[in-house]
Amino acid sequence: MAQYMFLLFDSEEWYDNVTPEEWQQAMKLHGAFMEAVEKAGAQVLGGEALERSSTASTVRQREGAEPLVTDGPFIETKEALGGYYVIEARDLDQALELAKLCPSGTVEVRPVMPTGADAQPPA
Amino acid sequence: MTRQPGTPTDVPSSAYPAPSAVEVARVVERAHRESWSTVLASVVRLTRDLDLAEDCTQDAFVRALRSWPDEIPSNPGGWLTTVARRLALDRMRRETNLRRKLPLLVEDPAGPDDEDQPTDPLRLVFTCCHPALARDSQVALTLRLLCGLTTREVAADLLISEPTAAARITRAKKKIAAASIPYRIPADEELPTRLDAVLTVVHLVYTAGHVAAGPELTRADLTGRAVELARLLVRLIPDEPEPQALLGLLLMTEARGDARVSEDGELVLLADQDRSRWDTPMLAEGVSRATAALKRGQGRFALQAAVAGLHVTAPSWEKTEWRQVVRMYDAMMVSWPTPIVALNRAAAHSLVPGADLEAVLSELDALGNEPALKSYAYLPAARADVLARLGRLQEAADAYRQAVTLTANEAERRFLTQRLAGLPE
Repeated sequence: MAQYMFLLFDSEEWYDNVTPEEWQQAMKLHGAFMEAVEKAGAQVLGGEALERSSTASTVRQREGAEPLVTDGPFIETKEALGGYYVIEARDLDQALELAKLCPSGTVEVRPVMPTGADAQPPA
Repeated sequence: MTRQPGTPTDVPSSAYPAPSAVEVARVVERAHRESWSTVLASVVRLTRDLDLAEDCTQDAFVRALRSWPDEIPSNPGGWLTTVARRLALDRMRRETNLRRKLPLLVEDPAGPDDEDQPTDPLRLVFTCCHPALARDSQVALTLRLLCGLTTREVAADLLISEPTAAARITRAKKKIAAASIPYRIPADEELPTRLDAVLTVVHLVYTAGHVAAGPELTRADLTGRAVELARLLVRLIPDEPEPQALLGLLLMTEARGDARVSEDGELVLLADQDRSRWDTPMLAEGVSRATAALKRGQGRFALQAAVAGLHVTAPSWEKTEWRQVVRMYDAMMVSWPTPIVALNRAAAHSLVPGADLEAVLSELDALGNEPALKSYAYLPAARADVLARLGRLQEAADAYRQAVTLTANEAERRFLTQRLAGLPE
């Protein structure tokens, strides 16, 4: 089994006009997604929805100066990072199949690097 | 009698004279072409480590050069697999405590680990052409792992620098290991899309050799590799029509190779080729493979092979059944509506006897806005041809000039320049 982080990117305009019904519907879709993951024999290890990117703050380390704090996300994109899952799957093929079921416009699938006591630095 | 292959103390076991060095070199070379992927694939299943498996496979070939002068084994591929796997087992035993650079490949739940699993190379094929790898990497990795080319040879074949080739191969191997791209044959329901990616890579290898950038018109080593890869796929996936169709398409193109270049190295268009110079047996095989594939489906390569078949079975360029060719492109447009298919369709349409050239010209003009065709020399070349036939010579000349600046191939450039010079005053 391998672990993957699913990074969910979507347009944030949706938040501006969302009705309570639409919100409930979206939550249901995520519930259904998590059920599908378990049904496939994979596992949801974690995941959260994130507040809008306009609420983000970025802290940047600087050589010889205090860290710089700025308002907003590190990278401004049209489709912003809006949530994530950590999924344990058999291999990339299964992870990609599950990402196709994920209720999000764009999903970046990143393998999680092993960092346990016996882990080796990446090649 | 059992012999330990590869030991330097091998003694010829037969009364026949030892094979000559030339003969050994030839047999090893042939085994490299025919068995590299089979040997490597078998070792990968054992080691689950691409680099280690490559090293051991390479070592087995080195040992063959050393020990085959005594006696050439009756089954060179089997000999190489046995030796490579033994070398791998030795190293795995010795290196259990050494740290690995990359995690092990993900495999199906272990089946019987016998040497000879005929579908092994297919795992390698699908791993090299996994959709999560960049197309460039798929091509480089396929040449490296399936054809057994060195990084330097991959670089030379793809006309890229050696560091670029090395970077593409290393990046792909790292992603396979770190992202757990499985060493597996896809399930039946995934097969059509996954197979399409594989066929695209093999076709790309062929095209890279067929319209080579630079001074030569073709690179026979690369086109030959592509034909071998297509043969491998047909052998491994005999039940699917598309690998057959691709092989047929490549053979029909390859068979015209000699006639495509004149004695002084100039490009000769299909229209002007001396059809008696075509390789008849190769054409016949291509046509029969294409026909067999077409009976079982109208996939992308089946339709392309059908077009090639209409060309090679026509008595002349003029007597080609252009209406049928257009029909095949129409069928392609339904499932693969790409600008290049549309361009080919328009070009074929212009050759149908009595075709409305003005209508063809508007078809071609409409394609002028396609980003995919922006730097594609065939579009202005096709326009130039139609414009010349309509008597709009000034515009034809402009279009030829545009095509000349777009082509990266010297022979094509000379050809287009001649067409330009040949326009009536």
